[in-house]
Amino acid sequence: MALRTIVSRKTLAALGSGLRAEARLAASRGLVTFSLPDLPYDYGALEPAISAEIMQLHHQKHHQTYVTNYNKALEQLEDAMAKGDALAVVKLQSAIKFNGGGHINHSIFWKNLSPIREGGGEPPKGSLGWAIDTDLGSMEALVQRMNAEGAALQGSGWVWLGLDKDFKKLVVETTANQDPLVTKGANLVPLIGIDVWEHAYYLQYKNVKPDYLKNIWKVINWKYASEVYEKECH
Amino acid sequence: MGSFSLHASCLAKHNLPWSNGCSQNLNSLRIPALQRGPGFLSRKASKILAFYGLKSPPYALDALEPYMSKRLLETHWGEHHHGYVEGLNKQLEKNDILYSYTLDELVKVTYNNGNPLPEFNNAAQVWNHDFFWESMQPGGGGMPELGLLQQIEKDFGSFTNFKEKFIEASLSLFGSGWVWLVLKRQEKRLEVVKTSNAVNPIAWDDIPLMSLDTWEHAYYQDYKHDRGKYVNAFMNHLVSWHVVTARIIRAEAFVNLGEPKIPVA
Repeated sequence: MALRTIVSRKTLAALGSGLRAEARLAASRGLVTFSLPDLPYDYGALEPAISAEIMQLHHQKHHQTYVTNYNKALEQLEDAMAKGDALAVVKLQSAIKFNGGGHINHSIFWKNLSPIREGGGEPPKGSLGWAIDTDLGSMEALVQRMNAEGAALQGSGWVWLGLDKDFKKLVVETTANQDPLVTKGANLVPLIGIDVWEHAYYLQYKNVKPDYLKNIWKVINWKYASEVYEKECH
Repeated sequence: MGSFSLHASCLAKHNLPWSNGCSQNLNSLRIPALQRGPGFLSRKASKILAFYGLKSPPYALDALEPYMSKRLLETHWGEHHHGYVEGLNKQLEKNDILYSYTLDELVKVTYNNGNPLPEFNNAAQVWNHDFFWESMQPGGGGMPELGLLQQIEKDFGSFTNFKEKFIEASLSLFGSGWVWLVLKRQEKRLEVVKTSNAVNPIAWDDIPLMSLDTWEHAYYQDYKHDRGKYVNAFMNHLVSWHVVTARIIRAEAFVNLGEPKIPVA
């Protein structure tokens, strides 16, 4: 799962001369921070399945906020760890899970989508296509199952097509809020994730989540999913 | 089976802020038909269906403009809230036991101590939205007065502290949920509480006094991703301290808050 991230390190040079010992230590260790990955297509490229307005807000506001808050939480975590503040470390876990999960999930999501003229919506050929028929019945059955689970999900969350890499079997799972797929099983690898938070579809589909789920398949990037599958299953 | 229960409170004017949320639409109740069996004294009542109706907010749908638009309310009330009511009625049709509860009782029973039954989501969301519309008014915001303000100052230090806490809770709620000002029954104090999805403090017997819907559908059409702007609009222009006052008056019949220096109303 290659996350395209620009990694930056805090340098001593950036800090002033009157450094406290802790700050110097943290800087020399080098906290890895994250930044918003670029989309491999224009905001309007997924129309009419997903509107440009949604894509822009989703990427520039929602995903960016997860990245910003993830970085903030990691800084606070580093601080708390350096001070040996166990309580602070534990209290930060939910913010790290939520914002880190949000960054991870959305980074996968942008790769799960591609414009129709670049192959979006084209069903997978090769081993993934076979695996879908074997493990889940058929492509239609997969789509129907993911749409049903996505529609039935209460609140915010994601619906996933995953690979159980120990048993080499495909699974359909849902996760709540921004929990990554691994929270449902350490051996699960995400192939396709569909964001069913309301922000992912509301401006275009309002409360009609089933219409969003029906239409998103037109822009699903099966090429990426096949690549991930083949890498795990060679 | 088939005892017919209709609570008197349901016949009361349903716009009272302290109504118990029971909003049975009297037109759609079907009265049991008594049938005589072979024995003269044996009776069998046919299946009774109790329906919940979609309660209107106590103001016109454009009355909260510009802080909550008519367009948003039409979707939020007309589609989401309506959908929960319809969903609940469909589920109750199939359930002989659950239909006979009031909405309050239904929420508590289906919460099932944290292991919710399938009807919980619909029942609780109907309750939650009824309560939420009533927690707002046109020309709301401002400050509470008299004994309510005194109680807030007692439990939060100051009104500003309470407001900050409430806003902070709304912004730090991960995912979908609600933020509440509740009166804790055991601790006999006010608190700000966050709940996820459809969960509601009456499930553990606390007394909610006002709520804010932080599901994205509650603000997305007007504020898009900016939940902070929405929360501030709610606190400054929408929350109805009159309604909260009425609710705490009723709550004091159940929780002894001691002698106030200033009466609540």
